[in-house]
Amino acid sequence: MRVRVRLFAMLRHYLPDVPLGSYAERDLPEGATVSDLLASLQVPEREARVVFVNGRARPPDWPLQPGDEVGIFPPIGGG
Amino acid sequence: MWILRLNMADRTYCLEEVPESLRNLGGRGVTSSIVHAEVPPLCHPLGPNNKLVFAPGIVTGTAAPSSGRISAGAKSPLTGGIKESNAGSSWGQHLAALQVKALVVEGQPSEKGHWVAHLTWDVPAGRPRVTFEPASEYVGKDLYEVFPALYKRYGAKVAVAGCGLAGEFGYANAGIVYNDMKDGPTRYSGRGGLGSVLASRGLKFIVIDALGAPGVTIADSSRFEQGRKMLVDALREHAITKPKGGLNTYGTAILINILNEAGGLPTRNFSSGRFEGAASTAGEAIFEGNKQRLGRELYNHACSPGCIIQCSNTWHRPDGSEHVSCVEYESSWALGANCGIDSLDDIAELIRLCNAYGLDTIETGGTLGVAMEAGVIPFGDGAAAIRLVQEMGQGTPLGRLLGSGTETVGRVYGVTRVPTVKGQSMPAYEPRAVKGIGITYATSTMGADHTAGYTIAPEILGVSGKLDPLSPEGKAALSRAFQATTAFIDSTGHCLFIAFAILDIASGFEGMVEECNGVLGTSWTNDDVVRIGAEILKKERAFNEAAGIGKEKDRMPEFMKYEPLPPHNQVFDVPDVALDSVYAEF
Repeated sequence: MRVRVRLFAMLRHYLPDVPLGSYAERDLPEGATVSDLLASLQVPEREARVVFVNGRARPPDWPLQPGDEVGIFPPIGGG
Repeated sequence: MWILRLNMADRTYCLEEVPESLRNLGGRGVTSSIVHAEVPPLCHPLGPNNKLVFAPGIVTGTAAPSSGRISAGAKSPLTGGIKESNAGSSWGQHLAALQVKALVVEGQPSEKGHWVAHLTWDVPAGRPRVTFEPASEYVGKDLYEVFPALYKRYGAKVAVAGCGLAGEFGYANAGIVYNDMKDGPTRYSGRGGLGSVLASRGLKFIVIDALGAPGVTIADSSRFEQGRKMLVDALREHAITKPKGGLNTYGTAILINILNEAGGLPTRNFSSGRFEGAASTAGEAIFEGNKQRLGRELYNHACSPGCIIQCSNTWHRPDGSEHVSCVEYESSWALGANCGIDSLDDIAELIRLCNAYGLDTIETGGTLGVAMEAGVIPFGDGAAAIRLVQEMGQGTPLGRLLGSGTETVGRVYGVTRVPTVKGQSMPAYEPRAVKGIGITYATSTMGADHTAGYTIAPEILGVSGKLDPLSPEGKAALSRAFQATTAFIDSTGHCLFIAFAILDIASGFEGMVEECNGVLGTSWTNDDVVRIGAEILKKERAFNEAAGIGKEKDRMPEFMKYEPLPPHNQVFDVPDVALDSVYAEF
């Protein structure tokens, strides 16, 4: 299955060629989880503080569906 | 330490001993206590009976990290209630060095005039001294012109606070400006119209020269030093606050993408939680854009001496010249997504104009959003937005209307989608998509204010736990705890951003408390933090109730209860009884 993914802030260097705001596409086996996606991107799980799937924060064992849009963030803060 | 009172009715001053009731307070604790005790709650905010109070935090002026905050407080012309708005600037550190616990600006001249109060240290007398000097040459001018003139007149080492054209016009939107590290007019107690309270007392600037001043007295220096080290270690270790970490690299606008992803970035006057132009207005775009225009990576700078987080950025023009500092998250959002504007150059120009005139960027963006909703100019039209803000600086009839704030503009144009609480425009978090922050907006003594109880940390950022932002469950208690802790942090003089580190690293929290114990000679524990914060909130609440702002004003604007917000199609579904429990259960 194919999912769309964006990495933000300090994680951007794991997908250095993707322009700001654009999605990368990733092909994963059926039943793959957020964890599997992180592994395929070589993003260590400890660096991914919050992972959104279709706008909702999801845990590492969350099963992905074809067409899911995933946003991955390191620890960030501001205000 | 002293309470320094400037009586603007006859331009005299007096120094009082600090009463026991204020001895162990600082910052917001001091401003709110004095406003509560001395300002008639039903007075006109711009009339003779209001008072504007400045107070450095407990550790402001010491070597405590990221502690250069100054609190300003008064009855607000925007909300009609109590206001505390704090800023990072060397000005607060200078005031603390003069051993001033509170500077109270009171009275009103019978004839209109504009003055500079010049504060220095009287070495032989061993106390602060004040002279009043005419300021008419600084009136009616852009603050970017005025600040260099003030530094030329008073010397390179002074610190400056004051108001711009917005204050002179009496706008409910006028902030108080302070100098940044390059002596520019970019640091603000932005919220609540305090710049107009200053101007209405005939005071244009307060210039402090701390030469020869003794500095802050520390009761137990080894305890202070121990606490300071614990806090420094926490700030240097945490991924958000460490050097070249999130804030130092991308600034506060690092939040644009995550709120957009969560569907909580208010867009086009709070009509959607997602903005298609988010990525091009975010911290990553600022970092990349500067890199492209300067040919090198640029990390952020401090707003005040001694800050080790250093989150203030500078945006550069295509030719590499400085355009503005600083493009905060709130400013980038208010003048960007909230107006449908996706050009950082337009946003930067709008922020520059706010700095030049002395306007709060959040209230200005909220106002423009409602004006766009009303059809005054189209959403997304950056050039037209710039023209409207220029009118605010010119004081045209439309400019004056816009300067009166979001709620007034909504009323004048008959708009129902007006995102305010207690008259103050909402900041950059959609309460329908992040329920806890909505509870803070609704119940804060300040009107809609994210900093008053920043539940975003666990609801969005995964700091201090992880909670579902769409669920109202348990959020009243969460907001209450955050509001009380914040009132304490706002009293220490620390930047609220230390919270990211100290909520995750327990020794950092203890370090903050130990620093205070070191300065004051107290024996507070972590448990005292919420108790002291709650006492401050109760005074603020009592002032508001006496001003006619009771629990029936702790409500969200009605449209948020019936208009589902895309993409999650949520309404604000926190029951009134939960909102009422925030203060009922203190």
